[in-house]
Amino acid sequence: MTNPVQTLTKSVTVNDNPFMKPVEWLSLALLAGVILVVLPLALDGFRLNLVGKYLTYAFVALGLVICWGYAGILSLGQGVFFGLGGYCMAMYLKLEASSVENTKIQSTPGIPDFMDWNQITALPWFWQPFKSLPLTLILVVAVPVLFALIISYAMFKRRVGGTYFAIITQAIAAILTILIVGQQGYTGGINGITDLRTLHGWDIRTDHAKVILYFVNGGLLIACILAAQYVKKSKLGRILVAMRDKEDRVRFSGYSVAGFKVFAFCLAAGFAAIGGAMFTLQVGFMSPSFVGIVPSIEMVIYAAVGGRLSLFGAVWGTLLVNWAKTSFSESFPDLWLFGLGALFIAVVLAFPNGLAGIWREQIEPRLTRRVKGLRAPPPAIAPSQKAPVGAPAE
Amino acid sequence: MNAALLSSPVVGAEAMPADYLLAVEALTVSFDGFKAVNDVSFYVDPDEIRVIIGPNGAGKTTVLDLICGRTKASTGSIKYKGQELTKLSESAIVQAGVGRKFQTPSIYDDLTVFENLEISFPRGRSVFGALTFKRDAEVRDRIHEIAQTIFLKDQLKERAEFLSHGQKQWLEIGMLLIQDPELLMLDEPVAGMSVGERIKTAELLNQIIKGRSVLVIEHDMKFVEDIAHRVTVLHQGKVLSEGSMERVKTDPKVIEVYLGH
Repeated sequence: MTNPVQTLTKSVTVNDNPFMKPVEWLSLALLAGVILVVLPLALDGFRLNLVGKYLTYAFVALGLVICWGYAGILSLGQGVFFGLGGYCMAMYLKLEASSVENTKIQSTPGIPDFMDWNQITALPWFWQPFKSLPLTLILVVAVPVLFALIISYAMFKRRVGGTYFAIITQAIAAILTILIVGQQGYTGGINGITDLRTLHGWDIRTDHAKVILYFVNGGLLIACILAAQYVKKSKLGRILVAMRDKEDRVRFSGYSVAGFKVFAFCLAAGFAAIGGAMFTLQVGFMSPSFVGIVPSIEMVIYAAVGGRLSLFGAVWGTLLVNWAKTSFSESFPDLWLFGLGALFIAVVLAFPNGLAGIWREQIEPRLTRRVKGLRAPPPAIAPSQKAPVGAPAE
Repeated sequence: MNAALLSSPVVGAEAMPADYLLAVEALTVSFDGFKAVNDVSFYVDPDEIRVIIGPNGAGKTTVLDLICGRTKASTGSIKYKGQELTKLSESAIVQAGVGRKFQTPSIYDDLTVFENLEISFPRGRSVFGALTFKRDAEVRDRIHEIAQTIFLKDQLKERAEFLSHGQKQWLEIGMLLIQDPELLMLDEPVAGMSVGERIKTAELLNQIIKGRSVLVIEHDMKFVEDIAHRVTVLHQGKVLSEGSMERVKTDPKVIEVYLGH
């Protein structure tokens, strides 16, 4: 009986690690269809802009899937990176809105209004690079990622992990909020950076611009999903899973664990930063209320509800929780936070893999059974096909 | 220390210490004043199978932890092919050619057997190396070859979680094999195995020890007698006796420690 071995070897060499399984392509098509076709057709401009705003959080949830779900690093400070990305974009937009003609009533024309109110007479050095759009686009991602690199390298090299890491990220979120609020003259303080008008001369406040930004946002989100999928599918993705379970074993397989954790954390920070910048563009301002502890924890809830091991689940979870938030907080503003807390506890207790878990365990098997029933495969081939297909499906 | 040198079967080893694959000298580690390993010295030759035995708490596992960098030595030196290991990180020690198997099977439950072996394949160990790692024919062939050796060729696609205890131990041995270390350290490789698995494991070990040095901790004396070239007996963090199994068995100090007060 050498046959089974041979067929096994063959099936392994033919198709053992595709970029995406058919069902994943289907999920991607479904998500892209809803975001890029169904919603724009079904919703009016205001609601579409709202969905666009929700989708900027999906970037953060996506990063958390890799960082928390796969690598096991729980960050309660993703708002920091979302905020830094958003602030970088807002600084550029603010400088453009603060041209000398626009600000000629100020005592120092040509600088942002809040600086003028705080008796600052010259543009601070760290605002200078944001005069250039190409530089801004680089810094939007580079600043948060560099910050993530410094934090995570310092901690993971010292083997700080788990709960301690989560607490420190939360502390950083609190510190950054306090810093932004306290340095009103340089950051716009508690109000944030507001009254943003144009991007390189293009008015971002018009309805038409908002629709275009919505599509840019959707396209970037799908690009990030594909990038995350690449990471997940690579050996690096499997090393992250391995590290989550048996960190020591990975070390004794010859890997420097800290480097991989730093990568996962920086990737999540990069995604969050893109989301933050798109938030600023679509919503028209950025403020410290998106940096602190509460938004950071909310972002973790999006990933948890969607399923922390599913890239697509994270996006759906973000949309669902935000839709619920908008609907409920309009009717019961006082109860919403309790509702959100209850939702989180319920998900963690009852559905540890979130929406994606429910889909995978309940709906997908039924669907495949249906599809198989329709196809009515010849019985001679069915058993031999079943083995390799059924095995990796867990 | 002298006893160790005198009992060495390699002629001229005293004169040329550089020939040792592993030279552990005056190794001491203390945890809050308690010396778990106290002034331990021993030398392992290329292709030698050395078994470390000793009662519970003798410091056997700690010695392996020290060699592979999991625990940092307080004083003393560990030289592997002339290279000082006490200053290196765990991953650098692995890359130098030292492999370690843990006492309880340490494998990745959420990954398949194939993926477990693939992660241990010695290529693409940097972050970007792992990101661009290609599962090519060389990798596949090697994994299939190793899977055959460790009796798991039919389980390649199975999640490691669902393997039996013995199979998990084999998988971990396979993960070490694919690293192709020159020094293989095994911590109780047959503990908790059924008789059948034990026989298969002995056969497996005899097959894989060729062309490398092996440092084994084991309690099963029958098993030790079968495989050991030399035996080092540890007791309360010190080397109590060293030499062939015959010699060690008749050493009055060893008999006293094992048989009574």
